[in-house]
Amino acid sequence: MRALTGLSQWFDRRGWRDLIIGLPYVWLLVLFLLPFLIVLAMSLATRTPTAPPFGYGGDNPLLNFEGYARLFTDDLYIRSFLTSLMNAGVATLFCLALGYPMALGLTRISAGWRGILLMLVILPFWTSFLLRVYAWMGLMGRNSWFNGLLTDLWNWVTPEAWALGHIPMMQTNFAVVLVMVYTYLPFMILPLYANLERLDRALDEAAMDLGSRPFRVFVDVTLPQSVPGIIAGGLLVFIPAAGELVIPTLVGDAGMPMIGRVISDEFASARDWPMASSVAVVLLILMVGPTILYSRFNARAEGSGPLEAQK
Amino acid sequence: MRRRPVFLITMLCFGFAFFYIPILSMIVYSFNGSRLATVWGGFSTRWYVSLWDNRQVWAAMVLSIKIALVSATGATILGTMAGIALARFRKFRGRTLFSAMVTAPLVMPEVITGIATLMLFILMAQWVGWPAQRGFTTVTLAHITFSMVFVTTVVQSRLSSADRAIEEAAMDLGSRPWQVLRDVTLPVISPAILSGWLLAFTISLDDVVITSFTTGPGATTLPLLIWSKVKLGVTPDINALATLIVVVVGIGVALAGWILRRAEKRRDLDARMAFRSGT
Repeated sequence: MRALTGLSQWFDRRGWRDLIIGLPYVWLLVLFLLPFLIVLAMSLATRTPTAPPFGYGGDNPLLNFEGYARLFTDDLYIRSFLTSLMNAGVATLFCLALGYPMALGLTRISAGWRGILLMLVILPFWTSFLLRVYAWMGLMGRNSWFNGLLTDLWNWVTPEAWALGHIPMMQTNFAVVLVMVYTYLPFMILPLYANLERLDRALDEAAMDLGSRPFRVFVDVTLPQSVPGIIAGGLLVFIPAAGELVIPTLVGDAGMPMIGRVISDEFASARDWPMASSVAVVLLILMVGPTILYSRFNARAEGSGPLEAQK
Repeated sequence: MRRRPVFLITMLCFGFAFFYIPILSMIVYSFNGSRLATVWGGFSTRWYVSLWDNRQVWAAMVLSIKIALVSATGATILGTMAGIALARFRKFRGRTLFSAMVTAPLVMPEVITGIATLMLFILMAQWVGWPAQRGFTTVTLAHITFSMVFVTTVVQSRLSSADRAIEEAAMDLGSRPWQVLRDVTLPVISPAILSGWLLAFTISLDDVVITSFTTGPGATTLPLLIWSKVKLGVTPDINALATLIVVVVGIGVALAGWILRRAEKRRDLDARMAFRSGT
């Protein structure tokens, strides 16, 4: 009984606070930070034919930098890093080119339509990511109506010597970029919309009254004010796209893999845990810069966080 | 006089066509009678019938829903706690590390989270003998971890925009701090907690990459089943399954959004009425 009163006093005084902080803290320490530290340690271990397939100390060197050395000498890794950066970069640019006018358009239509269309932007988010990739596999295949339409168009436009039976779209970097634009476009539209919606339209009107043409108003007034939104949205597309695994596995070119696929293959197929970990560590280091940049600009884009983009 | 933004509206039309044509095409082809997934062979519902009889699909769906229910609930409890800690407790030891651990999973590539968590489970099995095999429990633990931070972000942003005057009033009237939390703060943020739960539920239901690394033999979730089939190409029965998922989830989400918005509106109205009758 005494113990129970003591416990309830403790809870009342500071226990409730300690529990609220402590439980999620310990959870994240064990299931997020610890695995991350294991990756870090694993990247310096040596691959051995044991189970689990690594050695550390003993007969093996304590710190083995061979994995990192191979990253810079074997051009498979350099090429796949470059492929990832290029695919993610091109996808980000296309998302911007399509998402910016869409976000601006959303601010210029009636409130009723806006509600419905915003809902339609967000809806695909909640449905399966995998199935959105799959939907494009159906369109890009060689016998599909979409591929047939594009093939007819191609054969009609180009000279007869270039005629094609079908357009090879699957298993190319083109397919990867297309599907990335498709799946990540809402990440671009939502922060941009949140940013553009808050702009003061009176500035536009002032510029109009002073004789600017609509396009100049856009370039001189709207565009500069939306830079934080552009950067936040761009990084929200670029960061996940660069580490993507599902899209390159399903529609990508196996001969030019992206880095996510290299990590997965090293780990699962080659069973080279230290090498997979080295690649993972370098990928994370490359991501740190964009992430810090993102959190800085996201604050400036005024409350258009990843969460609002997720919902 | 304001001109109609013709270019912007054209881009909106194009964008929405881009969003929805692939999905519509998939829905249409799920009623394709032909065995070839991309060649039209007349209207038929045979793929839905064969789906209904497919025990593997049912088992995978039940497992996915179980995992999503448990992990969304766990993620909501832990994520809400973390959100309250970060938004309401200004100073505590290790706060910087804590907020870093809450932000980092949001941008961590899934492959890395996947292999890191798998290595943890394998090493733990070797050192402490648990988990002896991977399956429901390991997948659920991994799902809780990566979806709780989304709940935290939702709750935290809601708390930082909430009016603190009510909490202060309750304090002034002599409530103890944790009573304020229980009786005032939690009810105020309950819509955020609910949408955090929904978010965690759908994230868990949708996950492929982290699940594929942390699961074991015999524990195949629905996305994993689809993943293993889709890797081999487009098939009509997956079209039917995809259509069902998209339609059910779409309707569910639209309904949930509508209900949440109505609840929020009513709450705002109540608050305004209370304020008016108070002055």
